[in-house]
Amino acid sequence: MIIKYLIEKEFKQLWRNPFILFIIIALPVLVMLVFPWATTMEIKNVNVAVVDNDRSDLSRLLTEKIASTEYFDITGVFMRSEEAMQEIEYGDADIILEIPYGFEEDILSDANSSLLIEANAVNGTKASLGSSYLEMIIVSFAEQAGVSRGALSVSAPGGIAVDSYYWFNPAMDYKIPMIPALIMLVVALITGFLPAMNIVGEKEAGTIEQINVTPVPKITFIVGKLIPYWIIGVVVLSVGMVVAWLLYGLRPEGSVLLLFGLSFVFIFGISGLGLIISNYSSTMQQAMFMIFFIIIVFILMCGIFTPISSMPEWARIISMFDPFTYFAEIMRMIYLKGSTLRDILPNVYPLIAFFVVITGWAILSYRKRG
Amino acid sequence: MISGENTRKRIMELLGREDDHFLKEGDVIRTEGLTKCFGSFTAVDHISFTVRQGEIFGFLGANGAGKTTAMKMLCGLSRPTSGRAVVAGYDLHYNRDVKHLKKVIGYMSQKFSLYEDLKVWENIRLFGGIYGMKDDVIAEKTEDLLRRLDLTAQRNRMVRDLPLGWKQRLAFSVAIFHEPRIVFLDEPTGGVDPATRRGFWEMIYDAAERGITVFVTTHYMDEAEYCNRVSIMVDGKIEALDSPAALKCKYSAPSMDEVFRLLAGKAKREE
Repeated sequence: MIIKYLIEKEFKQLWRNPFILFIIIALPVLVMLVFPWATTMEIKNVNVAVVDNDRSDLSRLLTEKIASTEYFDITGVFMRSEEAMQEIEYGDADIILEIPYGFEEDILSDANSSLLIEANAVNGTKASLGSSYLEMIIVSFAEQAGVSRGALSVSAPGGIAVDSYYWFNPAMDYKIPMIPALIMLVVALITGFLPAMNIVGEKEAGTIEQINVTPVPKITFIVGKLIPYWIIGVVVLSVGMVVAWLLYGLRPEGSVLLLFGLSFVFIFGISGLGLIISNYSSTMQQAMFMIFFIIIVFILMCGIFTPISSMPEWARIISMFDPFTYFAEIMRMIYLKGSTLRDILPNVYPLIAFFVVITGWAILSYRKRG
Repeated sequence: MISGENTRKRIMELLGREDDHFLKEGDVIRTEGLTKCFGSFTAVDHISFTVRQGEIFGFLGANGAGKTTAMKMLCGLSRPTSGRAVVAGYDLHYNRDVKHLKKVIGYMSQKFSLYEDLKVWENIRLFGGIYGMKDDVIAEKTEDLLRRLDLTAQRNRMVRDLPLGWKQRLAFSVAIFHEPRIVFLDEPTGGVDPATRRGFWEMIYDAAERGITVFVTTHYMDEAEYCNRVSIMVDGKIEALDSPAALKCKYSAPSMDEVFRLLAGKAKREE
């Protein structure tokens, strides 16, 4: 078995390359430890400038209530909207809450009252989530104050979409859906792109030429390179899952076997993609840039950070061709919902299609260049 | 080592083809009109020559004359555009032949291409294994080789830490570790001092004595004198082919250096 010698060689080389070892160990740990906190959608420390035209007890109570949550800081209470606007312009405030004159009176006499929320949409997420949360606080405040629902309306001009996020649902931890997606990212980086870099590295070093004059079939050489990374990929997947369990108490609700099985389809597809890159590049630099390009597009379009449903039509079409879209969904569904194979079939078919197309392309481009 | 008529018959039997006796008894390489084009550029232009079993064949030419391209075709690394070549009984025209050919040749490239991040013994083991040798045979031959190279103490050193001269000797030894019929050396002694080059050529002679045909390209004309026969390539064509003595006589030159300058001076091709 020739491949035995090749795999042995790969492991020896990997073991001696401190940088690659570091990446293999540090990447999953870093990603699992840090990213769930950094990528959370929760908005904290939103600065609110209050324009209080009413100057009543009730308006003061509302301001206090807003300040008492961990999500908002009151930067100041102003007399005129121009002053509050200035706060936004200086970047000191994110949202202006304007309480109308006669607020207390209207509320107490059960008449309708209207508050105005204006948000700085430079940071769109902060603006939309912050204002919708503010809205909810106000509604709950109104209920406490004994005002019937509907008597109080909140208007948010400037076309800010108000999404219905369940802020008061204590179980709604934003780290949780991020974790399965992050495990996917790490697996993709390690199994898809490290072997590609490795193959291009051999081209650069000239060692591939020595291998080419030997009777080793090219396919054996490549598979001999991929197998160690597949093994590492499975190890990284397992480590990621264990870390998720230990650190975040997150375990797959669904079948672990199904999760591993589909991970293999994904891993093979991504390795094939790496192989295509290695076929088209002759230097590490070229390979690096191609990988950067592809990975950035894949990550941004796959919907793990921003929901695909809120993307414009053309972006949604791109995300349809992104394998991450389907695998992230599969991971999340198995992990969080405990979905079975039947539930996730609509995501499994595109994943298999991706695998078939990429493998075919990899073999073709390989033959041509070989 | 098996050779000659019987080997050829056996190869032809294996490949299921009639032997048309293109390769004559005692010859190991024969090319006829071998050509390689890259687009409109003809790198190797209808070269025809024969190399005999066990000889040291020098393949000379200025940079860009087409030596390396020709050699890559003979090793099965690149496909000829036209012409015919049979190496060690295998016809380069057939993919299946090329696969078999690779088992019976060795190759040492211009650029050092063993694995720098593997130890001396690990490189030997890897290439032994790749050529289908058994573990115990590899182990035994490795000890033997390290002793001959005087590298026993260095067996656990990373190849990247060896001096260039030793690297080249190791690369050559690895190229003939599986006892090939022919070894192709592409400028094997670039960048080392004359004493080290001498040592290297002693190894080449040893290999030739064991019956391995040596096909070597070089820039050094003193090395050309060590060859049994040399060919000189100019602009993709073979301009002269004979023993060094005969060439010097023909061009009435005192040294191979002079012969080379006379012929290579006619080159029109830019590098």
